[in-house]
Amino acid sequence: MRVPSGSLLGVLGPNGSGKTTLLKLLAGLLTPAGGRITLDGHDTARLNRATLARRLAVVPQETQLAFDYTVLEIVLMGRYPHLRAFELEGPADLEIARRMLAATGTATFEQRMFRTLSGGEKQRVVMASALAQFEDSADTGGHGPDETQVLLLDEPTSSLDLAFQLETADLLRRLNRDRRTTIVICTHDLNFAAGLCRDLVLLRDGRIAAAGPTEAVLTPETVGAVYDVEADIRRHPASHQLTVVPLARR
Amino acid sequence: MAVSVLTAGAPVGAGDLRRRVWLVQLGFGALAVVACLTAPLVGSTAINFRQVFDPTIPFAENVDAQIFFILRLPRAIAGALVGASLAAAGVVLQAMLRNPLATPFTLGVSAGASLGAMLAITLGLPLGMLGVLGGPVASLVGALGAMAIVYFLATMRREGLSTNVLLLAGVTLNSLFSAIILFVQFLADPLQTFQAVRWVMGNLDVGSYSPILSAIPLMGIGFVVFARLPRALNLLTLGADSAAARGVDVLRTQRLAFLSASLVTGAAVALGGPIGFIGIIIPHLVRLLVGADHRLVLPASAGLGAAFLVMCDVGARTLLSPMELPVGIITAMLGGPFFLWLLVRSR
Repeated sequence: MRVPSGSLLGVLGPNGSGKTTLLKLLAGLLTPAGGRITLDGHDTARLNRATLARRLAVVPQETQLAFDYTVLEIVLMGRYPHLRAFELEGPADLEIARRMLAATGTATFEQRMFRTLSGGEKQRVVMASALAQFEDSADTGGHGPDETQVLLLDEPTSSLDLAFQLETADLLRRLNRDRRTTIVICTHDLNFAAGLCRDLVLLRDGRIAAAGPTEAVLTPETVGAVYDVEADIRRHPASHQLTVVPLARR
Repeated sequence: MAVSVLTAGAPVGAGDLRRRVWLVQLGFGALAVVACLTAPLVGSTAINFRQVFDPTIPFAENVDAQIFFILRLPRAIAGALVGASLAAAGVVLQAMLRNPLATPFTLGVSAGASLGAMLAITLGLPLGMLGVLGGPVASLVGALGAMAIVYFLATMRREGLSTNVLLLAGVTLNSLFSAIILFVQFLADPLQTFQAVRWVMGNLDVGSYSPILSAIPLMGIGFVVFARLPRALNLLTLGADSAAARGVDVLRTQRLAFLSASLVTGAAVALGGPIGFIGIIIPHLVRLLVGADHRLVLPASAGLGAAFLVMCDVGARTLLSPMELPVGIITAMLGGPFFLWLLVRSR
């Protein structure tokens, strides 16, 4: 499997098909039993954790804190891979954190306790924290413009209401377009993926069942075969995006 | 105390975090020092602070200075070291286990230490080392032994360190060791049992500076490791995977946290006995004062833990004067209700 730089890829598949495992493998959180995972040609298992974290960030399905931190503190935690052992976050880090809060529409929560936010708000704050990992402050030397930045998201829509789903899709689209961030989304939400992702990978039983451009993959045949359902797939008359409606179990 | 400055929440300016770290270190450090210097003034014989530090009276004739430096100051310093150690170890273990109710003793340390001391007392082990009595050495060995068993169990099942196994194994080991202690007590003669029971209640009457000097290197190593941990501990709060994805070497952090906290707890227990509740009261109080950032919580807990235990010990010496209460009874009587309040309060 190859994800070209600048992709906007959706990973779909039924429960237990290996979506989350794939995501953890890509993130370097699991070590592959066989084969290897490379980022720009570098084996991720051999990259230093902090080096990897400056170029690859993960937004998990849910974040539960053991202790109460403020929103700003959570976002500043994204600066971890840029700081030396005893270094405290400086003005540049603070500026980056505020920019990411603004980008995710969470600037007004800055001083709130993370615990008091709704599920959707939490997720956007965690996304701001993940995005803060990419930003270079002058003193760390920086990485070249051709280095790939990868954002991995696990079920980003599971706790978002409709308005925030649209907003999240919009944010991801902008990141992908303006900053060429490579985005990989694992999701159950076929319609969200259909509206956002340019390419799809369909998993079943830990194997790739189909892969390619969204239009090519999202057909009644493949969806039916992967999910064991009869599905109707057609373009929505107003949004012109592919819409999947499951009709019956096979 | 400059509470308003400390409770400001997240850093609002860049220089602000630096200033808060300094403020917290200085403020809580000063609190500990003040406690150590005032506690020795209180006691059955009243002494005069000015006369203690009067350079015109030779030490050999200055009774107040002798009481201060020889009788009471070692006890205050022991209290400060034990209090700082137990509170800081509590912070580190709570963060590492992502469980705000964990304490250094949840993981079987206190039971291991008690068993060690119990065996030393009943068997009359001649375990003299570095001028230290058998009891402290045996309890240190017991504490570290318990930690080693728990650590081994938590790491044997799979790659990495299972914090769930760590916690459950610790709780189980606590009960198992307590049963063995009861068994040994059942066989021991009443005087030995009495001595052992008194040891378990905690006692900071170290008698001289030498037990303190033997404990300091162990605590020192632990605290040097502690100093490196706070930022990684902050990230562990998000969960192991999220921390790893942000560049934290999770396994290394957990290992360092566990080993240093064990060492410090073992040394503290060897010095003062298994004094309970410090490791849970102090970190929670401190989080209410300074927020959750471990760069503030860790030094603040060490300082407040030191001051708190020194003051509890003053209570132990004076409340039923001339009788002395074991200090563990005071901390438990304050800590028990506090712990219950904490349980009810958190959601």
